[in-house]
Amino acid sequence: MIPQELKYNESHEWVRQDDDIATIGITDYAQSEIQDIVFVELPDVGTQITHKTEFGVIESVKAAFDLYAPVSGEVIEVNESLLDAPEQVNESPYDEGWFLKIKMTDKNELNVLLDAEAYQEHIEGDNA
Amino acid sequence: MRRTPLFEIHKSLNAKFTEFGGWEMPVQYSSIVKEHLAVRESVGLFDLSHMGEIDIKGNGAKELVEKLCTNDVNRLVDGQALYTLLCNENGGIVDDILVYRHSENSYTLVVNAGNIEKDFEWFKIQNDTEAEISDDSDNTVLIAIQGPKSLDILNRYVLNHDLSDISFFRFVNNEVAGIPAAISRTGYTGELGFEIYIKAENAIDLWNTLYPDVIEAAGLPVGLGARDTLRLEAGLRLYGMDMNENTTPYDVGLGRFVKFKNRDFIGKSVLYSQKQKVDQKKRLVGFKMLDRSVARCGYTVHKNGNPIGEVTSGAPSPSLNCNIGFALIQNKKVKQIDIDIRGKMHPAEIVKIPFIS
Repeated sequence: MIPQELKYNESHEWVRQDDDIATIGITDYAQSEIQDIVFVELPDVGTQITHKTEFGVIESVKAAFDLYAPVSGEVIEVNESLLDAPEQVNESPYDEGWFLKIKMTDKNELNVLLDAEAYQEHIEGDNA
Repeated sequence: MRRTPLFEIHKSLNAKFTEFGGWEMPVQYSSIVKEHLAVRESVGLFDLSHMGEIDIKGNGAKELVEKLCTNDVNRLVDGQALYTLLCNENGGIVDDILVYRHSENSYTLVVNAGNIEKDFEWFKIQNDTEAEISDDSDNTVLIAIQGPKSLDILNRYVLNHDLSDISFFRFVNNEVAGIPAAISRTGYTGELGFEIYIKAENAIDLWNTLYPDVIEAAGLPVGLGARDTLRLEAGLRLYGMDMNENTTPYDVGLGRFVKFKNRDFIGKSVLYSQKQKVDQKKRLVGFKMLDRSVARCGYTVHKNGNPIGEVTSGAPSPSLNCNIGFALIQNKKVKQIDIDIRGKMHPAEIVKIPFIS
C-alpha cells in the first residue's frame, strides 16, 4: 500500500525524486485521516520552500492542516487541477493528487526522510 | 475522558474520535460530507449521550425553572419542550438548553455536555424553593434519528402511536421496540427528526434496533463533525463557540428567546435595559466566503482595514458548496467583511441566518 520508491516526512508528505526534481504530495494515510478535502492552498511557481517548514495548507470540512516541505527548493510547477478538483487528493494521493514539483537545492535532505518501511512503522506507532 | 455506553459500537463502526466537553465522542464514521448529506437526503443516527439531563421536580419546581430561564416556560403544557437560554445577573449566557415539561412540577433540563457540572451547581445555588434537583445524565442515553426518513423508521418500532401527530417541540412517553423512551420531535440539524431519551442500560438495544433500518434507507451513523456542519447551515448557535458568559442573547441574535411579560428571571433587568436602549455593542452575523478559503473559529474580521470582531464558527457547507460561518462583530451595518486567514485578507459577504431554509 505504501509506495516503496517514495520518501516520507513524519508529517505525512511524500516526495518522488527524478534527478534534481522532486514531486511532493501527501500520503494515503494522511488523506484518509483528513478526509473531505475542499481546498489546497499552495505557493506560487518561483517560491522557495524550505525543508521541514510550512509551505501550504489543506482545508477539509473538519479543519485546516499545515503542509511541511520534505525537501528545500524552488517551486517549478503547481498542480492547478486541484483548484477545481481538490477531491483528487482523497481519491488519488500518490498520482493525480500531487501538489508541487520543485527543483531541489540539497539532495542530501532526502537522506533524513523515512523510507517506506520506516514510514509504515511511523503510522503504526501513530495508531498504537 | 468519559465514554458513552455506545463507545464500543462506534469503535466497531471504525469511528474516529474527538474530545468534546470532556467526552470521547465519534467525530466521523465515514466522511463528514457523506454523513451530512445522508441526514439532508435520507436519515442519520446520532449518539448524543454526552448531553446532560438535569431533573427539577417537587414543590417550587415551576418557580425555579421560571427563574432560571429567559424564555417563557410558564406557557409550556405537559409534553412540550422549549428552547431557552440561562443567563447570569449580567445577562451573560450560562448555557442554552431545552426544557421538557412532564407536569406542572416536574421538568427535565437538557444541557450542554461541557456545562453539566456548572449548570447543576448553578441550579442548586439559585434554588430558594423546596424543589429537588438531580443530575440524571449518567443514567440517560440520548439517541437522535434525524432526516426525512426518520419518521418512517421510528414509527415501525412504536406500536400504539403514530408519531406523525407529534408536532415540533412536543414529546411523548412511550416504548421504542419495547424500550421505555421519551420520544421528542426536536433536533439540531434543521431536518425532520426525533431525539429519544432512554435509560443507559438500553442504549445498545435501541441503537441495534434502529441501525439496520437506517443503513437500509441509505442513511448513516453521524458523528459530531457532521452535526456541526448541519447545525451551522440551519443557523443554530453552539455554546462555547458562538456564545458564552461574556455575550448576551441580544449580542448573538437570540433576543427572541427572552420574554419579559408577567415574569421574572435571572438577568431580567440588565437584559431589559439592553433591549430598550438598543445600545448593543456586538452582533452575530452569518457570512459566506467569496473565494475558496475557509474561515475558522477565532479568525479576525476586518472592515476597511480595521478589526471589528472575530469568527465564532466556520466551515465548508456540504449542502451549499461554499464556505460559511458566524462572526461576532461590532454592531454596525456592513454588507461585506474581510477575514484574516493566515495573514491574508479574504472577502466574505454578510448573508441571512439560517443559511438553508
